[in-house]
Amino acid sequence: MAANMKVKERVVKKQTLCGALMLIEALKAENVKVIFGYPGGAVLPIYDKLYESGVFHVLTRHEQGAIHAAEGYARISGKPGVVIATSGPGATNIVTGLTDAMMDSIPLVVFTGQVASSVIGSDAFQEADVLGITMPITKHSYQVRDVHELPKIIKEAFHIATTGRPGPVLIDIPKDMSVAEAEFDYEQEVLLPGYQPTTKPNHLQIRKLVEAVSQAKRPVILAGAGVLHANAHEQLKQYAEQQHIPVIHTLLGLGGFPADHPLFLGMAGMHGTYTANMALYECDLLINIGARFDDRVTGNLAHFAPKATVAHIDIDPAEIGKNVPTKIPIVGDAKEALIQLIEQNGKRPDVSEWLNKLNEWKREYPLMYKREPGVLKPQRLIEMIHEYTNGEAVVTTDVGQHQMWVAQYYKFKQPHRWVTSGGLGTMGFGLPAAIGAQLAQPEATVVSIVGDGGFQMTLQELSVIQELNLPIKIVIVNNQALGMVRQWQEIFYEKRYSHSLIPNQPDFVRLAEAYGIKAMRATTEEEAEYVLKEALATNAPVLLDFHVHPGENVYPMVAPGKGLHEMVGVKW
Amino acid sequence: MVKRIITMTVNNRPGVLNRITGLFTKRHYNIESITVGHTESEGISRMTFVVNVDDERIAEQITKQLNKQIDVLKVVDITDQAIIVRELALIKVAVTPATRGEIYTLIEPFRAAIVDVARDSLVVQVTGEPEKIDALIDLLKPYGLKEVARTGTTAFPRGSQRASSTNKSLFII
Repeated sequence: MAANMKVKERVVKKQTLCGALMLIEALKAENVKVIFGYPGGAVLPIYDKLYESGVFHVLTRHEQGAIHAAEGYARISGKPGVVIATSGPGATNIVTGLTDAMMDSIPLVVFTGQVASSVIGSDAFQEADVLGITMPITKHSYQVRDVHELPKIIKEAFHIATTGRPGPVLIDIPKDMSVAEAEFDYEQEVLLPGYQPTTKPNHLQIRKLVEAVSQAKRPVILAGAGVLHANAHEQLKQYAEQQHIPVIHTLLGLGGFPADHPLFLGMAGMHGTYTANMALYECDLLINIGARFDDRVTGNLAHFAPKATVAHIDIDPAEIGKNVPTKIPIVGDAKEALIQLIEQNGKRPDVSEWLNKLNEWKREYPLMYKREPGVLKPQRLIEMIHEYTNGEAVVTTDVGQHQMWVAQYYKFKQPHRWVTSGGLGTMGFGLPAAIGAQLAQPEATVVSIVGDGGFQMTLQELSVIQELNLPIKIVIVNNQALGMVRQWQEIFYEKRYSHSLIPNQPDFVRLAEAYGIKAMRATTEEEAEYVLKEALATNAPVLLDFHVHPGENVYPMVAPGKGLHEMVGVKW
Repeated sequence: MVKRIITMTVNNRPGVLNRITGLFTKRHYNIESITVGHTESEGISRMTFVVNVDDERIAEQITKQLNKQIDVLKVVDITDQAIIVRELALIKVAVTPATRGEIYTLIEPFRAAIVDVARDSLVVQVTGEPEKIDALIDLLKPYGLKEVARTGTTAFPRGSQRASSTNKSLFII
């Protein structure tokens, strides 16, 4: 039977197929388990072939939902997310998601329909220059001009999306290319002379770093999402423990190093911990592993790590030296670099004084907020979610205050549990991303924590959650405001709350019920405890509307233009 | 501001020029000129950019970002090498019977050629380093420039790289 199947598969691969069937066969060959999409005129031939293909297609209710779901899927599964959208408006609706994936290095393969080759350039119905629009927001892109090339293009697209620094790759398929036929050969090798990512780090630079570590008095590791992309979390822990180097995470790196580890200092940056930010300011050796020195991490560059020798391990050479002058550049895969560093087993630096100082800061300046009776503090809410899920849930968020509170108070112990929009800061990301995350790990507890603002940007995807009965717990941190905007207006614009207060939000409970989803509301800690426990015990989607204290701000905070050492809101 | 000359070979695919110029726009790099043409290998084109950058760090970023493009095969910042730099210009200059002879004499040291003659104008074709072309245009200006078309710089490392390189790059700047 198995042998029979194999023969059949071979035969199929050499068959003459239309473009649409090639796409489907290629997806099967790439072992794609789920695709996210939305049909339309230009992709009708593809959808016709999907109809009985056996490919699991999730119909989101907006193309933006499809691409964010694919991002969530990619983040949690480690495999590329696949999206199909039609031409024109279908394609322009995925622009935000492409940019988001580009910024956060998420592997996606995105197929867009295009009007027929014969009318491209004539401003035809639902025509848009998708290649032109998406060039700066994709790792690479293709437009199919000859159906013979399609298998090669798809194969290259998967290769490019998933290797080196991952990213989104787009394939624009004119309608006639889906219909035209050619021989389907997917066994060919990928030959891309212009694309040869360096994964093996230079031995000499590794030696230099080992030497620098042995001399250091105040070393620190800043670990970004590159550690997660490379699946190097084990090695990071091993290396940090071997050399006694404390670890700081970027927002996207959270989970790469266990938050309860004594060497962990917390998240760095605008809303990072006092200890992490001061460690970056005071360190004499900064080892960046797979982070890109984003402005939200560094604060004012003139005051960033002023006393440090900087070493930077990154798969993307263009990130090294881009924002911060780097003495020890190491181009390569984070895992391979860490394995080499561990093998070198260099002289362990004497850091006892440094660790004492850091521990003193940790004790003296922990994250803090005031609990008040009868009021639900958002920070407390996140702590409760953490507690009731043992810190093991898959958590997705949008952007803003709630995102920062999750980053601060949901102490991620494990890698690949955290899905958030980092670089682009996309409102509306969290809910659809949770769909992808849940499909990637059907057994996991998935909690989508969103704001009342962002939720309304993609709430139509509740339909999908209901339809597939995905047991996602949707947590709305409802402060009846665009909280982070409101916070900035309070601090920097003299409390002139221009268009950031939304007192007339809809009844989210009834809204969820209209979608056929169970929903509850809580306005106090006691109610919150009850509804959270009830929701987590329910094997079905539940939406929870938490009316939190509306004036709460995220602290500590590094004001724009300030150095990390100039945090405010550190102590009462 | 420093001028850098960057050459690269690229796959001659649809949209490749768009990708490169888009990258310059996205990253806020200033292009002074671009030239593009086929190379000795089929399907591969050579591009030459002259860019204005604030410092070395930006110059390095440009080559690194260009290198990330899948269709870019090789990028070299050749500014500090011994290089041959050439540009071609067509200059249509107003003439009268009285000035025609004068212009013939004027352009001779530039090894320029007259490639079109009309009753009241001449077209001068000149090839050389951009400064030489600037100089000729300056000289012709008083006669009345009707039109100037310049190709932009194309450049190439010399066959042998000797010591002279530093002087050369200064001259280009």
